[in-house]
Amino acid sequence: MSSNRTIKPSSLSLSDLLWQIDWKKDRCTLCGQCTAVCPVQAIELAVFRKRNIAAINPSNLLNSSNRFNSSNFDETIESSEFAKKTFAEKAAASERSLSQFETYYGIKQKTTIEEACIGCAMCSMVCPNDAIEPHRNQETDRYRFHINQDGEPRKRGGRRNSTGSLLDRIKFIRISMLTDPALDAGRHEFELRTLLGRILPPKENMARLRNNGWIPPVREIYPLIIGGMSFGALSPTMWEGLQMGITYLNEQLGMPVRMSTGEGGCPPRLLRSRFLKYVILQIASGYFGWDEIIHAIPYMKEDPCAIEIKYGQGAKPGDGGLLMWHKVNKLIAAIRGVPQGVSLPSPPTHQTQYSIEESVAKMIISMSMAWGFRVPVYPKISASSTSLAVLNNLTRNDYASGLVIDGEDGGTGAAYSVSMDHMGHPIASCIRDNYLNLVRLGKQNELPIFAGGGIGKNGNLAANAAALIMLGASGVQIGKYVMQAAAGCIGTETDRCNMCNTGVCPKGITSQDPRLYRRLDPEDVAQRIVDLFVSFDIELKKIVAPLGRSTSLPIGMSDALGIDDYQVAQRLNIKYVV
Amino acid sequence: MCRLFALTSKDPVSPMEAIKALDVMKEGHDGSGVGILLRDLGGPFEEMKDAPILSGIFTEEGIRKLDFFMMEQGFMTKYKMSIKVPKIKIEGVPKRGLYLLRAYEYPESWDNLDQKELTTRLMMTRLKIREMGEEKEDMIVFSFWPDTIIIKELGDPLEIGRYLGLDRKDLKARTIMVQGRQNTNYAINLYACHPFFIKGYSTMTNGENTAFIPIRDFLSSRGFPGYTGYQSDSEVFTHILHYTMSGLGLELDAYKHVMTPLQDKDLDSHPDAVFLTHLKKSCRQLIIDGPNCVIGTLPDNTMFMAQDRKKLRPGVVGGRAGMFAFSSEICGLDAVIPDRDKSRDFQPMHLDTVIVGPDRQEIKICRQTEPLNLPL
Repeated sequence: MSSNRTIKPSSLSLSDLLWQIDWKKDRCTLCGQCTAVCPVQAIELAVFRKRNIAAINPSNLLNSSNRFNSSNFDETIESSEFAKKTFAEKAAASERSLSQFETYYGIKQKTTIEEACIGCAMCSMVCPNDAIEPHRNQETDRYRFHINQDGEPRKRGGRRNSTGSLLDRIKFIRISMLTDPALDAGRHEFELRTLLGRILPPKENMARLRNNGWIPPVREIYPLIIGGMSFGALSPTMWEGLQMGITYLNEQLGMPVRMSTGEGGCPPRLLRSRFLKYVILQIASGYFGWDEIIHAIPYMKEDPCAIEIKYGQGAKPGDGGLLMWHKVNKLIAAIRGVPQGVSLPSPPTHQTQYSIEESVAKMIISMSMAWGFRVPVYPKISASSTSLAVLNNLTRNDYASGLVIDGEDGGTGAAYSVSMDHMGHPIASCIRDNYLNLVRLGKQNELPIFAGGGIGKNGNLAANAAALIMLGASGVQIGKYVMQAAAGCIGTETDRCNMCNTGVCPKGITSQDPRLYRRLDPEDVAQRIVDLFVSFDIELKKIVAPLGRSTSLPIGMSDALGIDDYQVAQRLNIKYVV
Repeated sequence: MCRLFALTSKDPVSPMEAIKALDVMKEGHDGSGVGILLRDLGGPFEEMKDAPILSGIFTEEGIRKLDFFMMEQGFMTKYKMSIKVPKIKIEGVPKRGLYLLRAYEYPESWDNLDQKELTTRLMMTRLKIREMGEEKEDMIVFSFWPDTIIIKELGDPLEIGRYLGLDRKDLKARTIMVQGRQNTNYAINLYACHPFFIKGYSTMTNGENTAFIPIRDFLSSRGFPGYTGYQSDSEVFTHILHYTMSGLGLELDAYKHVMTPLQDKDLDSHPDAVFLTHLKKSCRQLIIDGPNCVIGTLPDNTMFMAQDRKKLRPGVVGGRAGMFAFSSEICGLDAVIPDRDKSRDFQPMHLDTVIVGPDRQEIKICRQTEPLNLPL
């Protein structure tokens, strides 16, 4: 843009952008790989014109010509003649101007809103010469004021853009020393599974056993669950990799790991396979995929692990699911039972609801009934200051099998940025309040609470999970961490990438474009899933063994926890340590 | 680590016998306190098996409050055993008021109560007295139960035994439990001393209870007023025993299945697999994580020892027909029953509960892999 032209309000310069491309001319071979890989076309091959102002020294010109031709005496003589001539011409020209122009090819960053760099660094990944990389703007970017063109606020994937984590600050302080020995995490026997399902009070359970009464289904599962990421939000290769990894963990390593489908149905073959038992089928307010599921019930070889009724999620509390049109291709449309190429927003709430409590109860019982009361059914809600009301309601519903609470740091494939960054409740105090409420009611063993949202957001998965378990969670759900660890998702809480919503995921994790998702080999994802769970298991043992715990998951063992913030310690009812 | 010793004998014996065993095992406790439980009493209490005996420590003010309260309830003193303390104090033992051992006549209004109501009222009376004494610490009550005496004090067990004159001829019992205390995590408080007692069930423990908080939370939310206190992390073992047997109506062989359930492979091949799987799940919050050796007695004076899943604490049972001892160490056993067949001494492992019935004739070993006595 030239300086005397009108500028538009949203005309931005490179310095206004969040991410700036650093391109090194001297290393670039102009191979074009970076421009080809860039998911948002933020860079392009460009022609640059450069003006060189030469300060001409005649002897330098002569010397340089001599050096160039010094290998052959005869040629040197000839060249010297040529050089003298050139020198004479240049000297004449220099009397008019010392400027020289040259053109060169290079990489140019675009500054339009829709083509702004997202910092994914795929350009660096493909560059054979390390000639290019994005840098985060140290200034507060101006870009953020303009990502609402046509009045459409920013939507994105990922998590709340905040790197802080209270869970990271919780320490495990009750180390067994002297009077009770710490255990050997590597060699001791551990039983670190959890229960998903309504557990009756001991007396009631015995009475029903005696009288052949109905005893609610309970699944003994691994306390780290892969939370709801739908087929549609995730690419087919990612989903397949997750399923293969989970099957390996279950069948080869004996770890009863489970995965929620998210709201997007389930591939028909999986519904009719024996692997369905490793799957938690999620139903949410859009009911996507449930036609297929209901019709598959008569053909199911195994019951699913559980049914999760999603009422909310931490990333966008009070807002429904969203699969943007970019990702609704033929396959996704078929599984979900919708037309191709339309955005699929789920309503914020289940449309059948008349009186909410009543309809939650009805929905739980309908789902239970669909599988002959053999499958646990539980709701998932976003953490909220009203979570206790939900919990109290569930305690009085004999068919409710648990409660998943998803905190503000939960991830999503697509949501309004404002919902992700500003809506929601932190998970720690919500879990603690709910657990202590169950303790007051004496139902802490009857209704398991699972925590989700931001667990391992800074990489401390086992420590975060153990802290939540000791605060009262029966287990934890992870989603974003799985994408990061098992598939190399490069999204961060400093707003890197976060493009899951538009289907341009450069790693092929959240894309429905075969050109992108073929980058991801399902076998590799499966391998990484196994790595993730096995290493988590070792780390969890490394946490509980020094606390002297091995024979049961230390749910509610809050005396083991401490934090260096008095107010937080008071709030969570744990020790204040400095 | 504390040291435990329990004796069950056909003929009444002096508590000093058991304290002697503690003294032999002195390397294992620091003499910071002792707790003594006597049941199936001999001496003068033999004649009044049904009369509830109040055991505790009271200041003069406390005694006045107690007498007023008990009279108001309609209790009449039937018999009291006075413990006279020498004027010369021993180091480490705080100055106390009166060590009270007093048997009562039931109030007339209780005459027609059934056993369940009667025992509940006895427990509630004990809890009330405890509550009354909490503010000024002038009333400490250990038990209020027929045929049961509990004495607890801080200091070296043998010195305290002599100081309190426990070698007296009229103080004898057929069931004795003593614990030599090693003060560890919690501030010294007489209510934190073992053995713990609730409605005829009593246990004492060796080792820390790493799963204390979830277990305490579970018990105290059962809506049973007796599940309270918890000055010690070991008190929950007594309450788990009471909950298992009285609350759930199971036998002693289920106690370990509640605290230390079998792991999957053993569970699946157990004859009562279905029942035990349900029990494991529904009592999940009562799973102890050790390391603990638990010695206990039941209302019928059955005595037992059970180890946690890891079996990291010592424990041995031995004796002869008519007299058996449960001890942390073999030297304790040797000190009290030297003339036994040592080859028949038994050290229970991670699946075992050792039981000596009220007839005191033999040691029964109950392994968790065996079928249960189920009330089905």
